[in-house]
Amino acid sequence: MDTHTEIMDTSSDFSNTRHDLEKSRDLLTIVIAGQRFGIPILQVQDVLGEQSVTKVPLAPPEVAGSLNLRGRIVTAINARKRLGLERDDSPHNSMSVVVEHMDELYSLIIDEIGDVMRLKNKDFKPTPGTLDPVWREISSGVYRLDDELLVVLDIPKFIETVHS
Amino acid sequence: MDELVAEFLTETNESLDELDVDLVNLEQNPNDADLLGKIFRLVHTIKGTCGFLALPRLEKVAHHGENVLGRFRDGDLEVLPEYVTLIFECIDQIKYIVGEIESTGSEPDGDDTELIAKLDAVYEGRGLNGSESDGNDSNESSANTSDSDTNNADSAEEKSSGYPGGPTGNISQEELDALEAAFQDAPGPETSNANGAAAPNGSTPPESSTEQSATSTVEEAQNPEKSPTAKKGPSLASQSLRVNVDVLENLMTMVSELVLTRNQLLQIQRANSESDFSGPLQSLNLVVSDLQEGVMKTRMQPIGNAWAKLPRIIRDLSMELGKKIELEMIGQDTELDRQVLELIKDPLTHMVRNSGDHGIEDPATRKASGKPEFGTIILEAFHEGGHIIIQIKDDGKGLAMDKIKQKIIDNGLATAEELEGMADQQIQQFIFKAGFSTAEKVTSVSGRGVGMDVVRTNIEKIGGSIELSSKEGFGSTFTIKIPLTLAIVSALIVEAANERFAIPQLSVKELVMASHNGESRIEMIKGAPVFRLRDHLLPLVSLTDILQLNTPKDANKADENTSENVKEDARNRYIVVTQVGNFDFGIIVDRVFDTEEIVVKPVAKMLRDIDLFSGNTILGDGSVIMILDPNGIARQAGELEIAPQDNAVEQKSLSTSQEKTSLLLFSAGDPAPKAVPLSLVARLENVDLEKVEHSAGKMMVQYRGQLMPLIPLNHNVQVGTEGEKPVLVFADRDQSMGLIVDEIIDIKEEYIDVQLDGNQQGLFGSAIIDNKATDVVDVAYFLNQINQNWFKNHGDDDYDKNAERGNGRAANQNGTLKQRVLLVDDSPFFRNMLTPVLSIAGYDVTSLDSPLEALKMCEKGELFDIIVSDIEMPEMDGFEFATKVRENSPWVDTPMVALSSHATPKDIDRGMAVGFDQYVAKFDRDTLLNAMSQTLSDHRHKASATQH
Repeated sequence: MDTHTEIMDTSSDFSNTRHDLEKSRDLLTIVIAGQRFGIPILQVQDVLGEQSVTKVPLAPPEVAGSLNLRGRIVTAINARKRLGLERDDSPHNSMSVVVEHMDELYSLIIDEIGDVMRLKNKDFKPTPGTLDPVWREISSGVYRLDDELLVVLDIPKFIETVHS
Repeated sequence: MDELVAEFLTETNESLDELDVDLVNLEQNPNDADLLGKIFRLVHTIKGTCGFLALPRLEKVAHHGENVLGRFRDGDLEVLPEYVTLIFECIDQIKYIVGEIESTGSEPDGDDTELIAKLDAVYEGRGLNGSESDGNDSNESSANTSDSDTNNADSAEEKSSGYPGGPTGNISQEELDALEAAFQDAPGPETSNANGAAAPNGSTPPESSTEQSATSTVEEAQNPEKSPTAKKGPSLASQSLRVNVDVLENLMTMVSELVLTRNQLLQIQRANSESDFSGPLQSLNLVVSDLQEGVMKTRMQPIGNAWAKLPRIIRDLSMELGKKIELEMIGQDTELDRQVLELIKDPLTHMVRNSGDHGIEDPATRKASGKPEFGTIILEAFHEGGHIIIQIKDDGKGLAMDKIKQKIIDNGLATAEELEGMADQQIQQFIFKAGFSTAEKVTSVSGRGVGMDVVRTNIEKIGGSIELSSKEGFGSTFTIKIPLTLAIVSALIVEAANERFAIPQLSVKELVMASHNGESRIEMIKGAPVFRLRDHLLPLVSLTDILQLNTPKDANKADENTSENVKEDARNRYIVVTQVGNFDFGIIVDRVFDTEEIVVKPVAKMLRDIDLFSGNTILGDGSVIMILDPNGIARQAGELEIAPQDNAVEQKSLSTSQEKTSLLLFSAGDPAPKAVPLSLVARLENVDLEKVEHSAGKMMVQYRGQLMPLIPLNHNVQVGTEGEKPVLVFADRDQSMGLIVDEIIDIKEEYIDVQLDGNQQGLFGSAIIDNKATDVVDVAYFLNQINQNWFKNHGDDDYDKNAERGNGRAANQNGTLKQRVLLVDDSPFFRNMLTPVLSIAGYDVTSLDSPLEALKMCEKGELFDIIVSDIEMPEMDGFEFATKVRENSPWVDTPMVALSSHATPKDIDRGMAVGFDQYVAKFDRDTLLNAMSQTLSDHRHKASATQH
């Protein structure tokens, strides 16, 4: 519960102080199909290696299945499928990031885990309108890095829109 | 203190804390309808509960507060800060009274006229008198002090009047001082008032508030010693502890982890058994198991806990409304997860109260419509098909369809045309909509339209559903279905297409292995698999098919014909015979593993739409597994018309002789096996013959603190003086007797079909049981031999042992259809005894334990040739039953035989007067049989006479 409130705080904090350009926040960077994404670090519960997942029949295609994380049942979501990507080139040793949403745990299956980056608010830009609609829906904005762009994942949206 | 009151206080204090927060929020978001609704409901609950606990002062304050909130909710009144302050005042007053009740056990003296007047003023739209200009502090302080009606309070008021208050009506330092003085003078500890008054306003001068809180803390700390009533506190508190469910949840998670780790350790240990760790590991194993069980237990509670206060509520309700209501509770032991229990507690209370208030009519109306004066509310809980079902039935007036329709139209929920096209069932569901109430008058009990709305919200919150069926004039039945979420169930683990699934053991009837060929194989009827299970055809579904577990390659093939999957495979398959309601079907699986105790966890939100699963869980090996919902599978399998549940429930209470009877087989004296209906046998004991005593020429043994007479089945049974002998113990109420036999052989399920009439005393005759001629023992003969008074205690007069036998067996001599007998008797002993007697005599017997059940069958249109009814029964006696049957029912012409307990001429006359055709002393078997055949033949004559 505590973590949950904290998450709420950060996000509201973040939106309120966007004009405060010198402020920064920490993001865990991940890679899905070559694209770098960021997840606000406080929303990350856990990072897991490859896990054995129990398939859930009749579930939405993005749902890879369920797994047991220290006694809690976690729903695994295939991030590639969620982003509308084919999964053919996914590496074998995939990683997972566990996030909490509405008191439930979700594990996003991704390709690679990167560093935790502290990014300045002045580098934050809203999601460009030309982005793929699916991507636009699940991202809260974009950070300009030195050599690439980092898309910030909006975790609640990412999860809530799975069944639609 | 009354347990109910104590519970009410705990609950109310919790609600009040919530209220404070919510009200502050409301002040900031005056248009938040959800919030308003919530606050309204909280106050409504407080009001409703105190009505039943006889707390008139508290009720009054809450009632008037609720009035104002009701206007906020309806949007009639703008939520102005000063109104919120007024509500705060009202809440503070509630807190004060609650605090007083807590410390003294009763409501404090004094009245709240002023506060109520203000609330009413706002309610009636007059606004607060001069509140804008004067500063409402004077009003407020008077409200706060009005209860401590001493001179000090007056002086406090004088002092404070004219003091310029802040816009939100803060209390000044002086006021507080004065108040404090007043409180200290007033009898009893009153700190809560001061606290309550000061805290929510929050903006009192700093020193004052610190001082205030400091004083109160000290006072509070001293209170336990000072106040005489406070002594009860510790003893109450030490017995139980309120623990946050989150803590338990955490504990549970940790224990699960511990179990998993333990399992891994055991795995390692199995690999190298010669390890030094094995000893400690074994004890760890045991401790962990105990711990797991203990933690699980902390979460499970019998549903009876939530019902404990209902009888009182119903009692008070009947007093208040002048109704006669009886509450019957069935299945109190059904265990529920604590969290779920908490959540359904209020809705249940609300609904039972509603049934009493809206459902049951007053005695006069009931009498006029031919119902017993006492209305009955039946509350029943049981497990079914992986769910917990709670039913609330009343035999009241049911839902008035016209009123509901009118209300729906008035509230614009639907148009008259739309209603036209709806079934009654659909229309009835409208009562669950917010703001709907058909009670003409808003009473303190219900009628504000919050009721069913709250109920539904709370039940849906835990993933449950609520249904209503009502018949105008006959009562309503609410069925609440709660998923087993978090409950512990035993589940069968099966495998299909290399995936494992759990099926709740409750719905599994049996397991059958189907071989690829041979007799027990799966057969096809136009692509639909079926299985011949003994004498009936069992429809099958393949788990692989309904879960679409085929690999994509097979999928195309499977599309063409699902049966291919089943047929093609040469392996043996298992069929899990599953029961949903009273519909049986088989689930085809590849493998069957063990059963495991599992903790059902709800599935993630995004998977909740799949109705084939009722939850998921973690198995002992740490893997996640989905729990199948047999109901969902049955629906998916196309069995849409699953018989209504109450049908299935009733089915259980029926036992017809067409069904098999469990028989205990034993030998005694001669080689022929003997049999007795197992249901008659209370216990099997081995009696040490050395302990057998003789008294008045009879054998006795001390058994459970009483002398139990013993009797050998026949004189061929050798009873020595040492060793042990098996004894069949028969017991009814506080009497028991033992029948000495030689050897217990077996228990068999057989149809009793007595083919040879026995001429030996104590035997009904012979029947073929387990392919052997078997003597069926007449227990009644022995009971009577032991104790002439055995049946007298049931009120019967001495019965003639030498009554002629054999004449009674006339029922189906011509080989036509068996005569159907309905046997109604509340004593299971007699029911079990008479069922075989009657079926042996050639009747087709249906036995029921109460006339109410019988009337239900009557309503359903079941027909019988003759009714045999006991007279003394708890809910409805035989006379009343007969009156009902004779009054106006399909059974009006069915002959009835009374089994009397009091066969005095007066009783017999009364029996005949209410419509019995015959009156027989209870368990005068032969007379009964004679009377029955006599009655039946009389009846036939009469019937044919009228035909001609």
